[in-house]
Amino acid sequence: MSYLPYALAAWLFVVGLYGVVSSRNLIHLAVCLTVMQSGTYVLLLAIGYKNGGAAPIFRPTRHKAVDPVVQALTLTDIVVSVTVVALILALALGAHKESGSVNPDEIADFSG
Amino acid sequence: MTRQIRLGVFTVAGCGLAAFLLWGLAGLPGFGHYHWPYGNVLNQVAPNERHTSNVVGAVVFDYRGFDTLGEEFILFSAVVGVSLLLRKDREEAAPADRVRSDPIMATGAVAAALLFVLGLWVVAFGYVTPGGGFQGGVVLAGAFLLVYLTGGYREYHALTPHSPVEMAEAIGAGAFAILGFAGIAYAGSYLGNFLGIGDAGSLYSGGSIPLLNWATAVEVCAAMILLFSEFLKTYVIPTDDWRPELGPR
Repeated sequence: MSYLPYALAAWLFVVGLYGVVSSRNLIHLAVCLTVMQSGTYVLLLAIGYKNGGAAPIFRPTRHKAVDPVVQALTLTDIVVSVTVVALILALALGAHKESGSVNPDEIADFSG
Repeated sequence: MTRQIRLGVFTVAGCGLAAFLLWGLAGLPGFGHYHWPYGNVLNQVAPNERHTSNVVGAVVFDYRGFDTLGEEFILFSAVVGVSLLLRKDREEAAPADRVRSDPIMATGAVAAALLFVLGLWVVAFGYVTPGGGFQGGVVLAGAFLLVYLTGGYREYHALTPHSPVEMAEAIGAGAFAILGFAGIAYAGSYLGNFLGIGDAGSLYSGGSIPLLNWATAVEVCAAMILLFSEFLKTYVIPTDDWRPELGPR
């Protein structure tokens, strides 16, 4: 019994979260958020894995396969990640236009 | 709030989060010891019920098609949000970077064409082999982005005029929703599979899965192109003889 893939998922999530908290650049923050979300991909795929299971694609023969549901969920997860990053980058462009900076601290100073 | 206070708060909250994560993850069955029924049931029944060989495709476009409808509209509203956020930046001046090397442009044109065909293939066989509308749609949009990278904004813009791409995105998302109503009419439930299931392993299989697959591909490809376009527009300079809005004059 191995818990290593779960540990990897947790590590990606936490290291991404640290990046988000300590970020001094909104673009960097968006990348950190995708690292965080990568942790959820790893977790979903790890939950669905079955020892000796192959991809759930049955052609031409039937075989032992991993869970297709979590793979479909991972697909949704990736789409959500893309849309969130696009929106954050658009907001970062707007913030840069308004305040001339992508550093959250400086932007806060600017508005306050 | 200063940086130190913020990091201090994060350290406390992070330790709590880490503890909860470890507690939760330790409660999961060990890696590879899968014992939930849903995935096994689908792997058993989907190839016979739907004649799709890719069960992930069957989950996305059939068994959990309603979730995918929501996913499509997440993407749709994100594109609307991005274009609203970037709307005022259109006329901002920034360096227009144009590729001037003929070998790069020629290689890029060939590579973009190949990528486009690859994208079509990934979409078309999405329910037979690994792939599908989401994955293929992104590859198709990548082909257009490659035209920008190896050519220039002018070529990119000529290939992806704004209104038809916007229309394609709306049609793709709308077609998915309307195919759901066809499911009510012919199969008795929203997004029910209402076409003959065809022959397993061929393109004619999966019932209405191929239609939903292509609707998704159109929507995803158009949405990605619109996202690229909105960001690229903030980066191109209008020149005397050409403007992004109007084209050559």
